[in-house]
Amino acid sequence: MTASEPARLRPDLALIAAQVPPGARVLDVGCGDGTLMAALRDGRNADVRGLEIDPANVAAAMERGLAVVQGDANRDLADYPAGGFDYAILSQTLQTTERPDRIVDELLRIAPRAFVSFPNFAHWRVRLALMWGGRMPVTRLLPVAWYETPNIHHVTVSDFRDLLRSRGIGVERAWFLSGDRPASDAAASWRAEHAIFLISRK
Amino acid sequence: MATRLQPARHNQLVLDCPLPLDSGAAVASPAIAYEAYGRLNDARDNAILICHALTMDQYVASTHPVTGKPGWWAKVVRPGGVIDTDRYHVICANVIGSCMGSSGPASDDPGSGQPYAMRFPVVTIGDMVRAQAMLLDRLGIARLHAVVGGSMGGMQALAWAAHYPDRVDRALIIASAARHSAQNIAFHEVGRQAIMADPNWRGGDYYASGEPPTKGLAVARMAAHITYLSEAGLTEKFGRQLQDREAKTFGFDADFQVESYLRHQGISFVDRFDANSYLYITRAMDYFDLGDPHGGRLADAFRQSPVRFGLVSFDSDWLYPTAESRRIVQALHAAGAQASFVELSSPFGHDAFLLDSPELWRLISGFIEAGR
Repeated sequence: MTASEPARLRPDLALIAAQVPPGARVLDVGCGDGTLMAALRDGRNADVRGLEIDPANVAAAMERGLAVVQGDANRDLADYPAGGFDYAILSQTLQTTERPDRIVDELLRIAPRAFVSFPNFAHWRVRLALMWGGRMPVTRLLPVAWYETPNIHHVTVSDFRDLLRSRGIGVERAWFLSGDRPASDAAASWRAEHAIFLISRK
Repeated sequence: MATRLQPARHNQLVLDCPLPLDSGAAVASPAIAYEAYGRLNDARDNAILICHALTMDQYVASTHPVTGKPGWWAKVVRPGGVIDTDRYHVICANVIGSCMGSSGPASDDPGSGQPYAMRFPVVTIGDMVRAQAMLLDRLGIARLHAVVGGSMGGMQALAWAAHYPDRVDRALIIASAARHSAQNIAFHEVGRQAIMADPNWRGGDYYASGEPPTKGLAVARMAAHITYLSEAGLTEKFGRQLQDREAKTFGFDADFQVESYLRHQGISFVDRFDANSYLYITRAMDYFDLGDPHGGRLADAFRQSPVRFGLVSFDSDWLYPTAESRRIVQALHAAGAQASFVELSSPFGHDAFLLDSPELWRLISGFIEAGR
């Protein structure tokens, strides 16, 4: 693991990695092959654990010496004790879960703060695809056709804000990315391809 | 030892203090046979303990003195290997109660000069681990870089982490469980009853007769061997193929290849294993339940453990199914311990952990190297 490695992180992951304070206890839910975990361990000296559904990804992460457990966020988050971590991270996974509302509750049971990132379904490309094409959009961040996509709960920036409000969850900060570059908050609803929220219980 | 077991010399250490047992009894001056590979470094921090399964032994990477076969994990434990003996000092000790040089029912009772037989005290997984700890004390190894084991070896690795958390950096538990299930106890009981039903068993005192209960032990091994495989694996390997014949014989010879294979497994086992040891070691596994001393709360066995845990299961293993590993992971999470877990895919059932599996080997090496 070289010092330049974090620079190759996906932009949303790099953004999250930069926000995690050194030495934090972090649970990365849907950690994939452990790329973000490795960056947090090596760059932030974080005590980081992962949960990942795909066994090949878990094996790859274990081979990197990371503490990753094979499991399903829909079911297995319940096994984690309350307050066992400083941060929970759910990156690009919310829209694939069976009940995103319950997942968000679980994240904030396990840790006082959580990073949640997701592709914004109200991005203008998505809107155009539906409005003019009349078809479910296939975009860079949502690259799979409707019948085989793992993204079963499409969500927009506004939808997510509504969910948080209804459950008394506060937004500490939000970041929006368009084409991997920051987008302004004002136009986030239609300009943001990708949203990252840092949330906590009010 | 007047069994069919060929007398073999083992690298052995006799402790000059008694081994206290969970039952309250003790083994007066226990012998512990072990094999060691690679050099212990000056810092004495590169030791890896490998714990063997029920019918395995300390010959993890050296030729077996009775069968002449290569060590049971010789492909894993070797210079430059997955567990690299150029870099690590690897130790594997014969469990207490076994028959390959460590004290067990076939050993002579110093009191009578006769083999203990069933007068040997019942031992537990905890006792096996305590004996290993005493051996390591004697060898001047205070801390283990890792303890690694599959099946009953995984139970020992778990017990090491639970009982000696400050002596273990990492524990790798493969195809194992934190307690023996009712089904597993049931299979063991079938094996024990087969041995005890053999007229040659004679209440365990068969050593002087020259006729050990080989038929009973072979049946025990055949029954157990089925549990190490999977239906898919058996079907793939044997199907309904006939053994060296064109048609069924309408008799009770081993018509089917699978029968012939099992009979061979049974017959070859009795040449290298003592029937009474089989009784004692299966009993130790049956008694194993790490959560039991904590009112069933397994997490309490690992509270704030500093040990890094790695767990691996195989999807076709119905003897130690994935659910058992998950139960351990849940407990480790609740205890705040650091755990990794993956279920590997294999058609070979419980035996998969002993077979060539580059996927498992990469995991082992990644886990052992982590944080080093």
